[in-house]
Amino acid sequence: MNSDGKKIVAYGGILVLALAAPWMMTAYRTQLAFLWVMVLFALTWDLVGGQMGYASFGNIVFFGVGMYSTAVIQRNLHYGLEEYAHVAGRVESLSAAEYLTGLSLGMTVGAVAAVVIAAILGVCILAMGMRGPYFGICTLGLGVAAGELASGWEYVGAGSGLVTPVFPEGLGERAIFFYYIFFFLTIVTFFTLRRLYSGRFGLAINAIRDDEDKAEAMGIRTTRYKITAWCVSAFFLSLTGGAAGHLIGFIDPTEVAFAGPTFGVWMILMAILGGKGTLWGPVIGAVIFHVTQEVFWTYLFGWQRVALGAFIVAIVVFFPQGLMGWAQERWPERFGHRVEGTALAQTAGGEGA
Amino acid sequence: MNDIQLAVEGVTKRFGGVVANDNITLAVPRGHIVGLIGPNGSGKTTLFNSIVGYHPVDEGSIQFEGLEISRKRVIEIARLGMIRTFQQTHIYGKMTCMENMTVSVPHRNEGFARMFARFTPDIFEKAEHLLEFVGLYPKRYLLAGDLSFGQQKLLEFAMALMTEPKMLLLDEPTAGINPTLINGLIERLQRANADLGITLFVIEHNMRVIMNLAESIYCLAHGQLLAFGTPEEIQQDQTVIDAYLGAH
Amino acid sequence: MDNLQILFVAPVFSLQLLIDGILIGAVFALAAYGMALVWGVMKIINFAQGEFVILGGFLLYALKEAGLHPFLGVPVATAALFVIGWVIYRIAVVRVVEKDLFISILATFGIAILLQQLMNQIFGADVQTVESGLGTWFLLDGQVTVLQIKVVSFFIAMVLGVILALFLKMTRLGQAIRATAQHFRAAQILGVDTDRVYAITFALNAAICGAAGALVSMIWVIQPFMGLAYTIRSFMIVIVAGLGNVIGVALAGLGLGAAENFAGFILGAEFQAAFIFSLLVVILLWRNFRLSLKRQYLE
Repeated sequence: MNSDGKKIVAYGGILVLALAAPWMMTAYRTQLAFLWVMVLFALTWDLVGGQMGYASFGNIVFFGVGMYSTAVIQRNLHYGLEEYAHVAGRVESLSAAEYLTGLSLGMTVGAVAAVVIAAILGVCILAMGMRGPYFGICTLGLGVAAGELASGWEYVGAGSGLVTPVFPEGLGERAIFFYYIFFFLTIVTFFTLRRLYSGRFGLAINAIRDDEDKAEAMGIRTTRYKITAWCVSAFFLSLTGGAAGHLIGFIDPTEVAFAGPTFGVWMILMAILGGKGTLWGPVIGAVIFHVTQEVFWTYLFGWQRVALGAFIVAIVVFFPQGLMGWAQERWPERFGHRVEGTALAQTAGGEGA
Repeated sequence: MNDIQLAVEGVTKRFGGVVANDNITLAVPRGHIVGLIGPNGSGKTTLFNSIVGYHPVDEGSIQFEGLEISRKRVIEIARLGMIRTFQQTHIYGKMTCMENMTVSVPHRNEGFARMFARFTPDIFEKAEHLLEFVGLYPKRYLLAGDLSFGQQKLLEFAMALMTEPKMLLLDEPTAGINPTLINGLIERLQRANADLGITLFVIEHNMRVIMNLAESIYCLAHGQLLAFGTPEEIQQDQTVIDAYLGAH
Repeated sequence: MDNLQILFVAPVFSLQLLIDGILIGAVFALAAYGMALVWGVMKIINFAQGEFVILGGFLLYALKEAGLHPFLGVPVATAALFVIGWVIYRIAVVRVVEKDLFISILATFGIAILLQQLMNQIFGADVQTVESGLGTWFLLDGQVTVLQIKVVSFFIAMVLGVILALFLKMTRLGQAIRATAQHFRAAQILGVDTDRVYAITFALNAAICGAAGALVSMIWVIQPFMGLAYTIRSFMIVIVAGLGNVIGVALAGLGLGAAENFAGFILGAEFQAAFIFSLLVVILLWRNFRLSLKRQYLE
């Protein structure tokens, strides 16, 4: 079997497994839906943080923007601002068609809003040449500030947050509905990124990661690439947020939407665990992280958050190159990094200084 | 000497109280190989940096193909077709040599949609051809960061050629390269100049290299232009000899 | 914004805010000095800085509960944090100290989360404060009130800062630390045990934070998840003042304390955190703008 055939079998296997999963593990449907949310977190973070080397601590902003935009659109479409507080939470709130209209319109608006915000931030931060830890800490400030602003903004419910409409009848089970939405979103994101990484775009942002000054000296339009990458990441993360808000049902400004210390850190951690700067690394990292968290830590009775903190430190301190990075160091030939041909003698390159 | 590709006129660059370049005027004709020599600290690299836009000059003008570039930035100047290489190598360490090459395709006139384009077979072919040219073809799938310093310099040179430049500014291309390989490098530089028609403007410390390579040479000392002439004239020039021997 | 008018109607209120802000600012400056020390010597931006502060506060709280007088508790909390800092360095930080900044930031961020959760588990998520037992001064016919503990803590913070600065200048160990900060390779060659220097630097920083936290618990409140704000305050102060500028750190700390107090009053307490983090973004943009004015060049 050639390598393309193997790939098709592998992808097909994953597809079948993923489609069947909620029916095989019926008790864990919500957790399974969140598995894809985690994969989306890691994939979108890795685009900017891994592939481009701009480690952001505040990507959660776009998640929150998508979540709030979708919820606000859903609310404004079907309720008056005043009546909302009384209606939300009642079973007969919305019909399936109304719910879907609000959800899709909201996610679209959220995605556009996130891309616009990413572009504006990109012009203010990336185009001005902010790099390295300063970029990371600046984005951290943005993430926390966004949560704090949402906590004080009455229009979006301030500190008490927003409640999304009750899941309507006629769409099946809520967890399954969102499971397939997130799975579909993951597939689209994954293959979009795969396509981007395989061409000019991928190599250009890798070049920015490895040596941005050199990339500029070679005439690569670094600013444009950086802002575009940031916008692509924001786009998918915002869609994730929009649907996630409706899955969770309750949007708390700092605990759910702009949850820096949890989701915000996890997305970085999952990408690192799997191997940042690779296509599959974030996916693998997210799966391992989520499964570990869900399966084992329920036994820790209240200490799971402490254990999680210890886990974060352990991964970063002892395993910063991640699984894929480790595999590439261990078996470089498997990843194609090998000397080819034997015509070394005639070349100047055969011997360096 | 009618077709002047790069014209530097009266360029002065100060860092605080230190005058790194003092009223430098020089010209690089199209298709020629021009050398720039001078003792350490004479302002050669500063002049290169001024030309390619790393820092603004305090006085004077720099024209590339008739276009004033002294106020332009690095990326804009690079896209005009003037590419520089570095004394210390700058390559993309965690990418393979082939990726280093393909990402260096010309980024002139790149529209928004082109950012997402795939690489066409002719780009790979050209990259492989140029790697063959500098002798790195067998190592094309190795990570560039794993190459030796000398190989990285060759890769950087090949990457510069990949951008289809009109002029290359090379900052000490032979520094750190194994002496037995230097002749091969000189020959490659000459072929790049003759076959591809690329103008070369070269800083070099190795006198044997620059005397063999360059058609004309400028000599800097203490930030000032000391002498200009053919290699023979420079070798005979008493002020140049004094500058290198430390006499004033 | 209605509160803004109050400041115009009753200017003496501005004086009150200014005094309170400056007195608290001294504690910010102390923690920032510690961050600058670690940053300069170890090239690490310690993101657990704020958690060290809060931990110091909770230790004082626990000691007070155990019956110790708060002022005796301050040196104990400081010493305890020195030991904790040392242990954290030996277990985790030692492995990231010469890696790139991103890894060390993330590692210390992880330590911060771990400490937050531990404190939450041990001390609970409630807001706590430690009663110092000191009184209040009334100035200008009682229009301005000054808590005596704030004045005391201001002077303790300043004295600790001066002691640390003198330690770095005068003692042999202090000189080794400064030598490592300037050029760790050269210091190594000259026989400085840089590993030990790093351990002491990190522990010293933790101790300073512990002292600052103990003071915070008496003049303000502490809560397990309040640490990040202190980290960010320290970071802002260091960015504005620059590494190795002790006077600058002190002044920036006092200024930040005052600015925060005014902002908290004018915008409302619920926007105080938003103000700190927005200010961080503004300061980073301002720094970046200044840098971009002079184009950088590389060899």
